[in-house]
Amino acid sequence: MLIAVLLPLGLFFFPLWKITLEAPQYPTPLGMYIHINDFSDVHPHDIKNINLMNHYVGMKYIPEAIPEFKIFPIGIIITSFIGLIIAFKGNYKWFLFWFILMIVLSSAGLYDFYLWEHDYGHDLDPKAIMKFTNPDGSVMGFQPPLFGSKDILNFKAHSYPRLGALFLGLGIAASFIAYLTGKKNKQKNSS
Amino acid sequence: MRNILKSTVALLSVLVAFTSCDTASKSNSGALSSSAAEKVYVAPGEHDEFYAFISGGFSGQLSVYGLPSGRLFKVIPVFSLDAEKAYGYNEETKPMLNTSHGFVPWDDSHHPDISQTNGEIDGRWVFINGNNTPRIAKIDLSTFETTEIIEVPNSAGNHSSSFVTENSEYVVAGTRFSIPIPQKDMPIKDYKSNFKGALSFISIDPKHGHMDIKFQLIMPGFDYDLSHPGRGKSHGWFFFTTYNTEEASTLLEVNASQNDKDFIAAVNWKKIEDYVNNGGGTMMPANYAHNVYDEATHSATSTMKKEVRVVNPLDVPGAVYFLPTPKSPHGCDVDPSGEYIVGNGKLSANLTVHSFTKMLAAIENNKVAGDAYGIPILNFEDVLAGVVEQPGLGPLHTEFDGKGNAYTTFFISSEVVKWKLGTWEVVDRQPCFYSVGHLMIPGGNSQKPFGKYVLAMNKITKDRYLPTGPEVTQSAQLYDISGEKMELLLDFPTVGEPHYAAGCPADLIKPRSKKLFKLEDNKHPYATLNEADTKVVRDGKTVHIYMTTIRSHFAPDNIEGVKVGDKVYFHITNLEQDYDVPHGVSIIGANTSELLIMPGQTETFLWEPKQIGVWPFYCTDFCSALHQEMQGYVRVSPANSNTPLKWSLGEDIE
Repeated sequence: MLIAVLLPLGLFFFPLWKITLEAPQYPTPLGMYIHINDFSDVHPHDIKNINLMNHYVGMKYIPEAIPEFKIFPIGIIITSFIGLIIAFKGNYKWFLFWFILMIVLSSAGLYDFYLWEHDYGHDLDPKAIMKFTNPDGSVMGFQPPLFGSKDILNFKAHSYPRLGALFLGLGIAASFIAYLTGKKNKQKNSS
Repeated sequence: MRNILKSTVALLSVLVAFTSCDTASKSNSGALSSSAAEKVYVAPGEHDEFYAFISGGFSGQLSVYGLPSGRLFKVIPVFSLDAEKAYGYNEETKPMLNTSHGFVPWDDSHHPDISQTNGEIDGRWVFINGNNTPRIAKIDLSTFETTEIIEVPNSAGNHSSSFVTENSEYVVAGTRFSIPIPQKDMPIKDYKSNFKGALSFISIDPKHGHMDIKFQLIMPGFDYDLSHPGRGKSHGWFFFTTYNTEEASTLLEVNASQNDKDFIAAVNWKKIEDYVNNGGGTMMPANYAHNVYDEATHSATSTMKKEVRVVNPLDVPGAVYFLPTPKSPHGCDVDPSGEYIVGNGKLSANLTVHSFTKMLAAIENNKVAGDAYGIPILNFEDVLAGVVEQPGLGPLHTEFDGKGNAYTTFFISSEVVKWKLGTWEVVDRQPCFYSVGHLMIPGGNSQKPFGKYVLAMNKITKDRYLPTGPEVTQSAQLYDISGEKMELLLDFPTVGEPHYAAGCPADLIKPRSKKLFKLEDNKHPYATLNEADTKVVRDGKTVHIYMTTIRSHFAPDNIEGVKVGDKVYFHITNLEQDYDVPHGVSIIGANTSELLIMPGQTETFLWEPKQIGVWPFYCTDFCSALHQEMQGYVRVSPANSNTPLKWSLGEDIE
């Protein structure tokens, strides 16, 4: 269980997610890492250059900071703290509680990320230099995919989890394993 | 009648058929077989194996080509104005062309040479000489820009230059024309024994490459034609060819061709360096410009230096010897081992090769045949390593492949001849089209040449390309020298008249090539690092516009309050931080060139409006999808008007 608790702390060292934009003019693709508390360039100045590209279609600049960058790290620290107490004091049933807690919080985080992406891709400046419409006449959005790859005009956007997310996932999985082993041991002991 | 017509037509068709057959078979055979095309083909998106830095001759510039493709990548402005890059036009680079004769907008660039470490080229800098108003320039190979120019005093026709010693201790500049030192008003006919020739040893700062004249050796009044450093065992020596040892001052084509032998001057610079380091030599009043471009301020400064250290060779015994060399030798080339010094006697039927070891032995045994103005002359036979017998007519230059072979150009017989060092036998010869001058093997002036290609640079082009009126392009030719026989692969046109060239593997330079300038490192005094700081400032009749560019607008783009008779400085900072997104700018009626501003860079141009009105400026480099929208206006009011100074972007000026 201790491993399960410690693994998500990897989020403070490794990026959670990565969005990559490929286009003919960018033989070296533009890319952005999303950390638990920051956005960062894959290559120097990538975010600045993504902003420059996106302003043509009226997308907002990627902000320096979003409220989530404050909330998420606190969330991780609190859940880790709870996890630590459980690891030392609690029994395996509490492991399951922590597992469910983490699943719920992570899902909420992902949903929040989706909402931000949706807003980023759809809340366009009405004075946008170029306006595109879908075949059905609605205003074209430029939301990057949550997970996977997608063609957006001349760009091909890729969005995939990175090492930080892997650590989080492994931590959550480890807590479930801890629960199962705990349960097995309990059954063994009682039988 | 009809039959006659028919048979004539038939006969003609047969003839035509035969003729075309003939051409077809011609193009299928010969040297230009399909494999030659494959050898120079660099597929789209692929990179060449070598960089070639080819002197621009009377263009004053340095061009950058890829080998084996022969594709031109860049013309680096060095000694001449370049309106395309604003070199010498913008306020930042004007000081680069300053000299003791004032602003000199042109020169004749000759012999590029790449910096070396431990006898191998290191790809950090290229040095090149301006021949007419003697100067040496340094080009930084991380930016491919000229970053320093030093004027060479006491020199005229800076031709036996700019060759670098094997640890880049010195770049050496020898005078071709001897002159009165110091300059004075005197009859030309008194040339003999009164005129002198200066050989300048310019030290290179190992870290920044900054140049400084360490000393000038004041030699007899010969013409010092070309030179090369010793290397390996001969490191510490420098060799200069001379002609006009007759010391003629008129009709040199006859009067300087009388002596059976001229000299190669062997200079022990290590010895002179010691002498100078111990306070030897004398400081002589002088006046020469030292121009340095600073990458942080994106600006050059010019400083006039007021003295130079001169050394009389007679004051340093054993530092200079003359090696007799037949008939006005031109190229002076040292093989990779440092043992052989080739004197390309341009009026001689044979090619003379001296031995460094034998030269040292002759000096050791004090075998002196005489002296010229007190400088000892060694015996020709004592220093001779060998002679390449009758290899061709008019030898000019020799390069080496590092595998024991030498390649010499022959101007008159128009060919490159391959011969073996040590046995002096001719191995192969290939014609040049036409009248070849210099040749270049990448790494040629080093211990480690890359003997895969030789590039011949021809003096005459004639019919090699589609004609373009009386003036045709200059031409280079690439030969494959990887085999026993040379194979002509490619002709390609060059910029100006190429003299020497320097080549090196692309891998030495490519990884260090800068993509942009970091905005945070921009220390230009008029830089504007973000749009919020843009402004227009009036100081009397001078107006400074602090402007920025980013896709796809200028900030500000509407300016009012400028008056006729003002001096308006546009200081433009390109806020882009993306590879290959420069912006350009100019305004109607500007008496200067456009600016072409790289990402993160600040450049300045001066505009002196002469007419009232509202005058547009615009981006001159197709920067983005909205490039055509990248424009602005300056309102120019009468000199005595009260129009207030205002500027804006994205809203109307109130």
